[in-house]
Amino acid sequence: MTSYNANMMAVLKRLYMGLILFFMYAPIAVLIIFSFNASRSRGTWEGFTLDWYIRLLNDQHTQRALRNTVLIAIFSTIFATAIGTVAAIGIDKLKKRSRTAIMLVSRVPVMMPDVIIGISLMMLFLFVFRTLGVGSLGFGTMLLAHVIFNVPYVILSVTPKLRQLDPNLYEAALDLGSNPLRAFVQVILPELWPGVVTGAMLAFTMSVDDFMVSFFTTSPGVQNLSIRIFSMTRRGVDPSINALSTIIFVVVMIMLILINRRDRRLIHKNAEDD
Amino acid sequence: MRRLFTYPYIVWLAIFVIAPLLLVFFYAFSGTDADGYTYFTFQNINKFFEGIIEGQPFFQRIYVRVATRSLRMALQTTVICFLLGYPLAHILASKGFRDKPILLFLFIMPMWMNFLVRTYGWMTILERNGIMNNLLRRMNLPTIDILFTDSAVLLGMVYNFLPFMVLPIYTALTKMDKRIIEAAQDLGASPRSVFLRVVFPLSMPGVVSGITMVFMPAAATFIIPNLLGGGQFFLLGNLVEQQFLLVGNWHFGSAVAVVMIVLMLVSTFILSRFDRQTEASEGGMRL
Repeated sequence: MTSYNANMMAVLKRLYMGLILFFMYAPIAVLIIFSFNASRSRGTWEGFTLDWYIRLLNDQHTQRALRNTVLIAIFSTIFATAIGTVAAIGIDKLKKRSRTAIMLVSRVPVMMPDVIIGISLMMLFLFVFRTLGVGSLGFGTMLLAHVIFNVPYVILSVTPKLRQLDPNLYEAALDLGSNPLRAFVQVILPELWPGVVTGAMLAFTMSVDDFMVSFFTTSPGVQNLSIRIFSMTRRGVDPSINALSTIIFVVVMIMLILINRRDRRLIHKNAEDD
Repeated sequence: MRRLFTYPYIVWLAIFVIAPLLLVFFYAFSGTDADGYTYFTFQNINKFFEGIIEGQPFFQRIYVRVATRSLRMALQTTVICFLLGYPLAHILASKGFRDKPILLFLFIMPMWMNFLVRTYGWMTILERNGIMNNLLRRMNLPTIDILFTDSAVLLGMVYNFLPFMVLPIYTALTKMDKRIIEAAQDLGASPRSVFLRVVFPLSMPGVVSGITMVFMPAAATFIIPNLLGGGQFFLLGNLVEQQFLLVGNWHFGSAVAVVMIVLMLVSTFILSRFDRQTEASEGGMRL
């Protein structure tokens, strides 16, 4: 009786997971299948075609949007990682009270709804431009906005590593005749590195995925991929969106598999070291 | 050295985190007269609570209804995500599935896809002549027309936010000390009371952070209602966007943003109290 019950439970568990997976992947599967559909219709299948991919490859707006997304992701990641790492080290050295206060303010961009970050940064940029009499929203403001919302993710990833750090390490390096800069680069940084890498990867994905903040901090002329997709969906049925989604899906999947492999290799390596 | 590392960052925070928020509050509590002068006022906040038509009962006033609709939809999304997500996290963390990281990977993967794209996928499925209705027609069943309704928006929100509920609960369940569960079993607790009195209370921190991670973004979203609810579907996020980008009324838009910030702080406060309670009970258990 119990084994019958246990089997029933196992079947139910699998069924439940299957249903949720179906729910999670249904819209993605539909997008991929219909990216090869010869008809414009989103509901009926009328034969195989690659037309939408070809059209996408020839679409200047999408190409420019893709370039913006990649450039902003790379540069905002570099800036945010540098600022966040240095800030995390500085914060760690503070007294407890000021540390708590600064960490609380640092978290604001993570806790606030995206819409509010978006409009408040838009107001700041326009306010500054109006006061100075020059400047306008565009690539620069979008990049700066991405750096601003990415810094906390780096800080939150580096801080735990700083806690694990042996405080004597830095002193030891100095005692052994190293100068402060060299001690930092050759002794402290390698210890923090895993946290820095995690923070950078988080920042990169946040930047690629962002819509809201970008939407408010750019001008209609400068789009990233998310804004491009949004404006395409506003204009109604366009199977090019499906083609674009399929490409994004494949790229994301490959990236995740690579990261996963790397993590597993690291775990194996650490296990061997131990 | 220490100053060199900290002070620039404090300046950074002041300019890019504090100043923007101060601007929101500044605009929310000010107005501009015909001559371009700025004055202090409560009129924007009042406008939010009074609406446009005079003498309406409180909950029928237009902006109050936008707020209650946002909170209601966010609450419904959170409850559905919890009801769907807890069992899923429990299964994923249970024996036999825990050692299969690929499963968790499968559930997290859609989260990494651009959410606009996933929402667009639902539009394709739910349309009047979309896939779901085509299938229903082929089976001679009545069609369902739910795109651009509450249900479609709710579906889109649950779909987008479900992983944010599953992940923290999963983490809380896997980190749990298995010896406590074994102890409860050894002391003769039935599986039901092991779950209700040991496992569930210990997973509360995960539940609380799951609720936070679903409720907050759900209350503030404007893209999902925009795409799946059609143009007429109005939530707080849509109202803010409309005031800033279409109407160009920064004062009233900021007032709505301030209302959102206050709602967020209140719900964070309520949730953090829950968290503290569970922490206290957890401490008790360790004794």
